[in-house]
Parts: sequence; structure tokens; C-alpha cells
Amino acid sequence: MNDIQSDRRSSALAAAHLALNRFGLGTRPGQAALLVSPRDWLVAQLSPQPLPQAMAGLPRTVDVLLEFPKFLAEQKIRPQGQAPSDMPSSMTMQGSSAPVKGAAAPGIEISFGQRFGPGLATEVVARFAAAVQSETGFHERLVWFWSNHFVVSATRAQAINLVGPYEREAIRPHVNGRFVDMLLAVMRHPAMLIYLDNQQSFGPNSRAGQRRDKGLNENLAREAMELHTLGVNGGYTQADVTELARALTGWGVRYNPLSTEEDRFVFDAARHEPGTRTVLGRRYPEGGVEQAEAVLRDLAAHPATARFVAHKLARHFVSDDPPADLVKRLSNIFLETGGSLAALHQGLVDSPQAWSPAAAKVKRPDEYLVSSLRALDLTELPGPALQIASRAMGQRQFYAPSPQGWDDQASAWLAPDALLKRLEWADAAAHRIPARDVRLLAADVLGPQLSESTRREIDRAESPQQALVLLLASPEFLRR
Amino acid sequence: MKRRDFLQHSALASLALGAWPAFGQSASKSNPSAEARLVFIVLRGGLDGLFAVPAVGDPNFASSRGLLANYDSAPLPLDGLFALHPSLTHLHGLYQQKQLLVAHAVGLPYQQRSHFDAQNVLDTGAARPFELKDGWLNRALTSQDAARRSTAQAQPQAVAMAAAIPLVLQGGASVSNWSGARLGEVQGDTLDRLARLYGGDPALATALSRARSAMEMGDDATVSMAAVNQRGGANKRPRVTAGAASLGAAASQAATFLAAAQGPRLAVLEAGGWDSHINQALPQGQLMRNLTALDEAMALLQAGLGAVWQRTVVVVATEFGRTVHTNGTQGTDHGVGMAALLAGGAVRGGRVLSDWPGLAGPQLLDGRDLRPTADLRALFKGVLAEHWHVSSAALEGQVFVGSGAVKPWSGLVHAA
Repeated sequence: MNDIQSDRRSSALAAAHLALNRFGLGTRPGQAALLVSPRDWLVAQLSPQPLPQAMAGLPRTVDVLLEFPKFLAEQKIRPQGQAPSDMPSSMTMQGSSAPVKGAAAPGIEISFGQRFGPGLATEVVARFAAAVQSETGFHERLVWFWSNHFVVSATRAQAINLVGPYEREAIRPHVNGRFVDMLLAVMRHPAMLIYLDNQQSFGPNSRAGQRRDKGLNENLAREAMELHTLGVNGGYTQADVTELARALTGWGVRYNPLSTEEDRFVFDAARHEPGTRTVLGRRYPEGGVEQAEAVLRDLAAHPATARFVAHKLARHFVSDDPPADLVKRLSNIFLETGGSLAALHQGLVDSPQAWSPAAAKVKRPDEYLVSSLRALDLTELPGPALQIASRAMGQRQFYAPSPQGWDDQASAWLAPDALLKRLEWADAAAHRIPARDVRLLAADVLGPQLSESTRREIDRAESPQQALVLLLASPEFLRR
Repeated sequence: MKRRDFLQHSALASLALGAWPAFGQSASKSNPSAEARLVFIVLRGGLDGLFAVPAVGDPNFASSRGLLANYDSAPLPLDGLFALHPSLTHLHGLYQQKQLLVAHAVGLPYQQRSHFDAQNVLDTGAARPFELKDGWLNRALTSQDAARRSTAQAQPQAVAMAAAIPLVLQGGASVSNWSGARLGEVQGDTLDRLARLYGGDPALATALSRARSAMEMGDDATVSMAAVNQRGGANKRPRVTAGAASLGAAASQAATFLAAAQGPRLAVLEAGGWDSHINQALPQGQLMRNLTALDEAMALLQAGLGAVWQRTVVVVATEFGRTVHTNGTQGTDHGVGMAALLAGGAVRGGRVLSDWPGLAGPQLLDGRDLRPTADLRALFKGVLAEHWHVSSAALEGQVFVGSGAVKPWSGLVHAA
């Protein structure tokens, strides 16, 4: 083999590791050597993918929503009909116009958390399993990215079992579709309507609003502009927020327990604020559900949205402070293709900046956990331990702290205690699996990314366990 | 735990803490600010200041607040104009002992209504969102660098009671963090090897060295936390929510760190879940539980700090207030004017500081929010000036850059 061939082979191997580790969810032993054309492998994932096997049989939104009235009915037979103390307040408020006053729930009843918590634990394990088993890691990463962009958090108790169905129904089907379709699916989804309170927003001059003396809640409208589309500096005002909130009145959740309809979105005209709306200087005539849809379509196509989304994507995959020309290029692709996410994602793959050998990004806790399980080639997952570990590292799965989602910069994940938790995880993993030749494993999963200093420390480790901790805690494994 | 065991553990713990080197306070005892402890509690999501500290004496209070003016039991009176929410009983006791001060109708220079921009301004201390990348509390530490050498290599003087370091504490000065859980046990030898491996990666190297310090401290402090619970938590029942319980636990642990002779002089605690868009007055609702948890956390801090409470200032702040009127869903939307609290033995309390703007329609900001009449940074600057003796040059040139027009409030803190 001459030098040129050797160079070509090693650069192909380097590209394979970057594709697997930076764009994907980590390298399984033996995987990189089989990846002949890394770019083609990535681009092939920018088409519809089947639901991961690990998620087969998980509940749909309709299944979860139909459990709520059953739970409420069970509560009614308890003494005095008291609600359990942790039940989401909005559930006790259905059809009531004033806060419920009264004493705490007596005795010990099954609480909302006890009833619905196990469902969330199942979702967490399934999501980890899907990631660990995935042969299309880039696609999974894109699901995670968009799921975080349009985050719904189980911090809102009523959304606790909807977060999993939400990702499967509103995010996955559109991940390589059009941005506007994902936006509309998100805004119509019960999980989002509940999480950001639109389910309870009434047009003050609507029939229902007047009858029940209820009014606007601007939460969803504000975050739709600030976090989902334009970005906070996208040029909107408080008046625009209020106008979108008015347009969105009536967008709600179909709770009706007698209906088994799968689509649980309902537009309630009786709650909808009548009249023409003006958003960003443009007038939207009265038109029921189509009114807010028209606003959202315009927001999705806005240049500020293109810039905001392009910056976020580049920051996620390339660097905390992404190159301006990369952001500009992605933003242009977004605008030129009418918000085609497949084109946007391919633009990322085609950008030389995304293939820089230096690993600038610190893995998020879930990325770190999944990549370590993949490197160890584990097929049996440590189940609940994954949520415990992820939470200890600062990322309790499905419990993003705010509608802004998880932070995407190293400073958020490199607190001393959070780093220590990664080392502890590495240690726990190293002592629970059969010993193996870590020197070979390190070369296999990191390839040309394995630094000389890490290779040397692994060589000198006093035990296979210690060598494995050093691999999983090495800078090149903590980063991507 | 049997009483004898408890005593043994306490003795061990105090021995171990005394010997613990990580939060080195090399400054001499003659420097009073070295002994002064500061706790910053950030309430993320936007506390409704008018709900926590209702202006019951304002002629328009009842009419403007609607059903949010109805409390299950009477608000606890402060002065003629203001009262405390009935669940804030410990804070009310502190007020009566002149150890609680309320600042009302304050605001940040940022007066839009994004959580994230407002929190960024609250944390960075800048005039505009995302102008600065580090936190004002960290810059307050570095501003005293010359006296204390609180550089990245020095021993941390501050601890964040969270898995991640909040922005307000990020920056050049060495800080540490602590959270309870443990996933495994990494040998010291492995950590030594990793320290070598991180030689070329400064971010990892710094994080590891701080983690090792805090890890040693955590080992010791876990034992003495039992002592805190014995003293302060004997008659406290476990709380309903994980969030509430964790604020109490963080407060207890922070007290243990701060009370140690070689302990840090600053602790930052965070509590989320204050964004009360719906049904905020519900007796079992999230806001009620949060207020109770905050009140209990203050009690646990005081109990855990013991005599050190007399040298402590606790600042409670949030990113903005909320609309004065109830929204369409018995809650409140984001609004500008807010309330902040100072508590502690070092506080000259028993007062509400406010240039009260009133609650009549035209008095509201944009017809909806409590109008801020003072800059919250004046309170922060006053605390740093009087409690830590941060110079006015540093306050204006470094900590709150370009805030010369915002004069620090004086008379907030007892002279050390």
C-alpha cells in the first residue's frame, strides 16, 4: 500500500468516526470500519424512517387522554371527593370558574404521580433503547434536536404522559419534512396546548369567554414567537403577542371520553375571539381556526425564523459559537426551499465546518450515556438507572426546566459536579461489565480521534476497569 | 439515629470540615467581609410579587387583583400598605425581628417580558440581554481578586447548590457546585490519571479539580447534614413536591457549607416553577407549595447557619413580576415590576422599601404591569457595598458595568 492510499483510507476512517460520533449517537465496536461512505450514510437518513422498534406499542395521545377522565371518576368515590394534592390544578378546574378552596386531601389515595408516573418511566427507557439500538443515529439526533426546539416538559404534571406521544406524533413524522408542518403539528398537539396553557385561554369577547367570565392566556403565543419561530430579537412586540394569543383562542384539546377519534385537537369556535387580527403589521381577517394557522404560516416563512433555526442547528452540531458563514448558508437554504428540513439538514452535512477534526462540542448527558452504552456494545440496558444517571448529570429526561428546552453549550454541562457524575457513571459501568481489551476498544470506537495521551494512559492503566474509565472519561469521549 | 451516634457523627463532621482545604479563606479575620456570608436564591419563572407581598392598603388592590385578592386566611401584616402571603410565616417572624426587608415595585433595566432574556439580565447584571457572558456574582468575587486571589486556580469561595452552575455564578472566579446523588465511586488514583489526561483541555481540567474539592467536602458534609436536620427540621414534615423538597435540602446543605470555618462565603440556590399562568391561588397549587417551600428553606438556612446567620444576607430575586390583573385563567401573565427580599441576621430589616406606584389603571405599566420605580441593581449594589465592601469603582466598572446612574441603596446591612 502506498502513502496516498494509506492517507485516503485514514481520512475515510476519520470521516466515518465523525459521522458516527458527531452527527450520530456514537460508534459501536466494528461499526466505523463498515461505513464506506459516511456522507451517503448521513444523507440516506434524511428520508422518512420507521418508528424505532423499542417504541412499538407505546400509547398514543388518545390513549393517555382517555385515562384522565377514568382517573377523575375514581377520585370522585373517595371521601368528600377531594382531589389528590399533586393533581394538576387545571384538571380540577374543568368547568369551574373560581379556584377550589378547601382543605388538603384526607387519607392516602393513589396520587396523580403514582398513577401516571410509571408511564413516563417506560417512555424514558424506550427512548434510550431506541437510541442505543439505532442504526440511524443521525435521524435520532435530529428527532432530539427538534423535540428540544419545540419542547414539552413533564414539569407540567398534566403533560406527564403526553411527552412521549407528542414526540412520536408531532416531531418524528416531520423531522425531514417542512418546518411549517412541524410547527402546525406542534401547535395543534394536546401536549403543547396543555403545557403552554392555550387549552385554557378564552377570547374575552367570545361567547364562552363572556358566559364564563374568562379571558386570554398569552403563554403559547409568546413562546411560539420567541422560542419556536422568530427568536427573541425577531422584531415582534407585546401587541403582536397579544394578537396571536387572541387568534389562538379556541385551539384546544378534545377531552370527550365518548369519542375515540385519534386526532385530539379541537377548535372551539365558542371560545374564539371574534374579529380581525394584526400581527407584524399584517391583517388576518376573522376565519376560525384558519386565522391563527395563517399567522403561523407567515411566522414559519419569516427570515428571522430562518436565521434563528439555522443558528440553533449549527450550534447544536458544530460549535457553541458557530461560524457566521455557516449560519448564513443554512439560513439561505431554509428560505430558498420554503423551510425544507431535509434540505437544511443536508446543508449541514455538506458544510466543511461540520467536519472539522477538533471536537468542539461537549456531549449532552443523554448523548454521553447513549454513546457509552453503544461503545460497550450493551444490548441489555440498565433500565431505570439511565434516568437516575441522566438526572444526576443535570438532564432529567422529559423534564426540561423551561419552554426554552435544554441548554446547548458546554458551560451548561461541565459544572464540576456534573462532570464528576459522568466519571462515576463510567466507573459504575466499568465495574459491571465483563473485562475486555480496552486498548482495542478505544482504537475501534474512537479511531483517529483517539489522542496519543489517552492511548498512553489506557496502556498504563492498572486494571481493565480503570482503563475503561479512562476511555469513557477521556476528553475525546466526553466531546463530539 | 440514636442520640449517641448522632453526637459522634457531629464531632467527626466538624473535625473533618475544619480540616477540609477546598474553600480556603486565606483572608485574615480582621477583614470583616471575609466572614460575611451571602446567599442568593433565584426564583425562576417570575414570582408574582403582588401575590407574595400584597399591597393590601392600596385602595385599588382588591378591585385590580380580583379573585387573587382573596386569601384563605388573612395576609400577615407588615406595615399599613403591605402584607405577606399567609404561607410565609417564618419570613413574617423574621420581619418582626427586623431581619427581613422587602423591596417592592422594583425592576430590571430589561423591560420586555421574555423569561429567558429577563433571566439573562438578572444573572449577568448587564443592561441588555446577552451583552455579557458571565454572572455578576462571579464578577463580585473577581473584583476582590487582589485581596483574595479568587482566580480560576484559587480555592473556590462560592458554591452552587445545583447540578449545573447558574449563569449568575459563571465566570473567571473559582466556584464549585454540589448536588446530592452519587452514581459510583471513582478511585483517587483514577482521578489523578484523569487530571493528567485533561492537561490539554482547560475546561475539563478546571471542572475536575473543583469537583474533587467539592467531592471531599460532600463526603463530610453529608454526615453533618444529619445534624442540620436534627436542629432545624425536627418538626418539619416532608413536602409534597420534589422541587419543594429539593429547595429545602439545598438550603440545609448550603447552610452546612457556609457555616464551616473554612467554608465558602457565597451560595447560590435556584428554584423553578414560579410561572403561574393558571389557577395560581389554588390552595394545593404549585405557587402555594413553592411559597411554603421558600419559607421553609429560609427556616432551614437559619437553623443550619446557627451563629453564622448573624453575618448572613440572603437575597431572594426573580426575573420579573406578573400582570396586576388576573388573566383569563385565574393566573397572571408576564409583567415587569416585581418584589425582592433580603433576609438574615445582618439585614436591617423590618421595612418595606418602595416608591409605590399605585395600582389604578393609568398607574400601571402598559396598562397591565406593576410599574417599576426602582432598579433592582440598586439593591444588589447596596448589599455588595455594605456586606462585602465591594468598592464603588468595582461596582460600576466591573460588577454592574455602566450602572453609574443606579445609586446603591444604603443602610441595608448592619456594619460588621
